Amino acid sequence: MTAIGSERADRRSTIGVGSTRVPLGAFYAGMLILLYLPIGVLFVFSFNAGTTLSFPLKGITLDWYASVFGNAPMLAAARNSFMVGAASATLATVLGCMVAIAVLRFRFRGRGVLLALAGLPLIVPFVVIGVAFFLLFVAVDVPRSLLTVGIGHTVIAVPYATLIVVSRLGGLDPALEDAAMDLGATYPTTLRRVVLPLMAPTLLSAWLTCFIVSFDEIALAIFLVGGDPTFPVFLYGQLRFAQQLPVLIAMAVLLMVGTVGLTVMAMRLRAREA
Amino acid sequence: MLSRRGTLPFLVGPPLVWLALFFLLPLFLIAAFSLRAGSGAVGPSEPWAPSAEHYQEVIGTPAFVRLLGVSVLMALGIAGLATVLAYPVAYFLTFRAGSRAALFLTLLLIPFAVSYLLRVMAWKLMLGPEGGINSLLGSLGLTHEPLSLLLYSRPAVIITLVYIWIPFAALPIYAAMQRIGRNHLEAAADLGAGPWARFWRITVPLSMPGAIATFFMVFIPTVGEYVTPALVGGTGGVMYGNIIQGYFTRSANWPLGSAMAMIMLALTLVLVAGALRLIDLRRLSA
Repeated sequence: MTAIGSERADRRSTIGVGSTRVPLGAFYAGMLILLYLPIGVLFVFSFNAGTTLSFPLKGITLDWYASVFGNAPMLAAARNSFMVGAASATLATVLGCMVAIAVLRFRFRGRGVLLALAGLPLIVPFVVIGVAFFLLFVAVDVPRSLLTVGIGHTVIAVPYATLIVVSRLGGLDPALEDAAMDLGATYPTTLRRVVLPLMAPTLLSAWLTCFIVSFDEIALAIFLVGGDPTFPVFLYGQLRFAQQLPVLIAMAVLLMVGTVGLTVMAMRLRAREA
Repeated sequence: MLSRRGTLPFLVGPPLVWLALFFLLPLFLIAAFSLRAGSGAVGPSEPWAPSAEHYQEVIGTPAFVRLLGVSVLMALGIAGLATVLAYPVAYFLTFRAGSRAALFLTLLLIPFAVSYLLRVMAWKLMLGPEGGINSLLGSLGLTHEPLSLLLYSRPAVIITLVYIWIPFAALPIYAAMQRIGRNHLEAAADLGAGPWARFWRITVPLSMPGAIATFFMVFIPTVGEYVTPALVGGTGGVMYGNIIQGYFTRSANWPLGSAMAMIMLALTLVLVAGALRLIDLRRLSA
């Protein structure tokens, strides 16, 4: 079977070495269907007239979407998430960018330590980071609020920002910086006028990635949130009220359109650079 | 005027201070809280007496040890399943998708951009007694009563988490496969290796660092999960992370919760250190 398969495949192949006859395209397609089916179910549910998801559907309605705009606590939670996401993404991108420039453009003692430290939040389970922050803010007697959520999200976003900026800066010719400095620019000016503009799409992509990490984050936020919830925390708190479910899903679907758009944008920016 | 070298402290300082204050210090505080006597919500102002009692309690409570074991096994299983299912997808994107690889990759990743809670909720809706799968089975006449074991069980947690991680799991494998030189495969073919021999002896070994990276990038967040088990696991699907979270919310016992968190942290770091010996990180980030 293998031998016959390889002979046939050899003729079809574009790279000249042929392949097995495993139907990988079908596997990929099946996987996509499995991935999109539950999301599709939610989408259908947000237009469903009943409050439980049973087939056949009871009817189609836009009421849930209409009532999203009358739900003040939910809109406030979404606004909170936007603020926390924007602030933590900005700070994490700046910090990640600093780490990347320091590590790739300088030789100094502790260089490896700095890079490892910036990546470390990625390998600690969020429940542990959540406990750690909880105890920190108890110890220094800072009441938990959106500010503490933002601080936590900045820490978990730094690895993403660092990795994204490192991967682009590594491919940027250092001679450009030398040229700018030969022409009389100081190093900070070189960074501001040469390096950062060249990396603008990368920085935007890093920012968007960090924003989405924060916007969707719940395991850490549960430990850090005060009276003012982020959207995922709000959603989590409301989930036990079954009659609330359709409105929550309608809102989540609206936000989903936004986050999917941002993610595709971040991916495109990075693909263009590569 | 600032010299090039003089810029360095301004680049290193802020991230270093930030991560020391908001990452290392908090982790140190867990260690400190886990080693103090007493229980409940003990604030920092209360007297601090060193004690290993909480570690003894965790290790001496069979239910805790078993739950830790079950959670590690679940995370290993979920990470393993996600890696095995993502591997053929990454292979397809690298070697078969041709010029449409970018489009196919985007299609794969879009579900990952959908809110995590929303995707958990989708499975809650699908698996529930009045949910999609049950009402579908019922209307097809396959079942007469809703299958109650679908939701609020360990399998529900496993299905949901594998579903959540598959799109992301394909990424490190895909990155590793893209770096496999086509000339390796061509040379092997010239020397008479068939497609399966080339797959097992070239593609698999060279993509292994990506597969291992995937495995741990799924394992780490999964072993500490508490949100998904709380939503679809019910009482039977509880994980170790739920107990930790419980000690900081419902039934406050900060020192005991800290000891449990330290044990999980130590376990994770040991496993990651082991993995780093297996893969050369520099080759991955190159």
